[in-house]
Amino acid sequence: MTYPNEYKYTKDHEWAVLKDEIVTIGITHHAQDALGDIVFAELPKVGRTLKFHETFGVVESIKAVSDLYSPVSGEVIETNSSLSSEPSLLNQDPHGNAWLMKVKPANSSELNDLMNADQYTSFVQSLK
Amino acid sequence: MLKRTPLFEEHKKLNGRLIDFGGWELPVQYTGLSDEHLNCRENVGLFDVSHMGEFIVEGSDAETFLNEALTNDVKKLIPGQAQYSLLCYENGTLVDDLLVYKYSTEKYLVVVNASNIEKDFEYMSSFHQKGKFKCHFQNKSDSFAQIALQGRHAEKILQKLSQKDLSKLAYYHFHEETLKNGIPSIVSRTGYTGEDGFEIYCANEFAPKLWETLLELGNEYQIKPCGLGARDTLRLEVRFPLYGHELSDKINALEAGLGWVIKFDKEKFIGKEALLKIKEEGLKRKCVGIKLLAPGVIRQDYKIFSKDTDKEIGFISSGTLSPSLKTSIGLGYVESSFSQIGTKVSIEIRSQKIDAEIIPTPFYKRNY
Repeated sequence: MTYPNEYKYTKDHEWAVLKDEIVTIGITHHAQDALGDIVFAELPKVGRTLKFHETFGVVESIKAVSDLYSPVSGEVIETNSSLSSEPSLLNQDPHGNAWLMKVKPANSSELNDLMNADQYTSFVQSLK
Repeated sequence: MLKRTPLFEEHKKLNGRLIDFGGWELPVQYTGLSDEHLNCRENVGLFDVSHMGEFIVEGSDAETFLNEALTNDVKKLIPGQAQYSLLCYENGTLVDDLLVYKYSTEKYLVVVNASNIEKDFEYMSSFHQKGKFKCHFQNKSDSFAQIALQGRHAEKILQKLSQKDLSKLAYYHFHEETLKNGIPSIVSRTGYTGEDGFEIYCANEFAPKLWETLLELGNEYQIKPCGLGARDTLRLEVRFPLYGHELSDKINALEAGLGWVIKFDKEKFIGKEALLKIKEEGLKRKCVGIKLLAPGVIRQDYKIFSKDTDKEIGFISSGTLSPSLKTSIGLGYVESSFSQIGTKVSIEIRSQKIDAEIIPTPFYKRNY
């Protein structure tokens, strides 16, 4: 599995990418693979202000509940409504159509502290 | 160090995702929980259940020993028959649920849950000693492997290996035989999925060969290995209780809904007096089936509230997203006055109360 080069990654297996002043956030391929069949995603309300690393929702597989941590502080401006009817999209396209939310960052330099694709790939390898 | 079954290498070959299950290193899934679950419902699944415990009771008092220890009536069994039964504490709560296989009035096999092997063996040994029963009671768990073949095609697959006519082997009956590939085994028409199927016991050394043979023979019927994840969702859909969830040392056998395996007409069994008293006084709470009416997933330990009064009335013992029904279902304990089918309740999920309803069980019934 290749991880997109333009994305940044957290140790909790979220990805984040900054484009036109907006950060789009999702979970990684590794996260969906570890969880298995994802059956439910609970996302924050639009307008909510998140702190760095604050819990913003959960994804649930048949077996487990997994918390989601925000890779950046800021205001939630959109969440992915297609996930409520089709949570399995998170298994199929975690780096693309199954993005979780878009955030207007309070301090986008927080992203600089996250891992790049190479670092994250090594990190995932180290977990095996 | 986690314990491994004789099929450990098979699970690795099949890319099983290994987890610690009560001290056993076993696959939670291979290709995917939902896929394995549905394939067992629609075709057939193969499970490694070698972690289960096996005790042998042998001697002139074997029948009396088991009949005085367990709640069900061992005397009703004929040789070649198996029986679901319970081991209780004196206060009527549960040590374990188990299967008793009768070879003869002087020889029985008792199959218990993996996580309870030591506890059960100590408890039954102590009862055995106190009662001075004339029989040997031995823990043979380490020398038995067990493979479950479950699903509508199970009989056709196993028939290719069996020397006997399996269509004549009734539910909860078993026989011993040497299979056509030379493996001495116990073939039992039992299971934990709600499907037709078999549980096959053999010595550890034969388990890998039996596993591989069944996968090969099952190929034309789309057989797939199933992990512990699917085992759990399959049993929950048909309301089979699981120790550590519906059953525990804090739950009595009657509120668990297991009155049908408690035979009060027996002279004695462990827990009889306490259970009789509980029965006479009436149950304070009952185990019920619950369906969530909104998106989300019910999980163990979530609290249950009355929809009308918002009073806390119980807790969830098992919950999941049912792969067959595509909705969240669970079992839970509620105060008896709220246990009626159709009662509206709410389940607290991450501080929010989500609507749910008490519905009939089993949640799933096979259609063949």
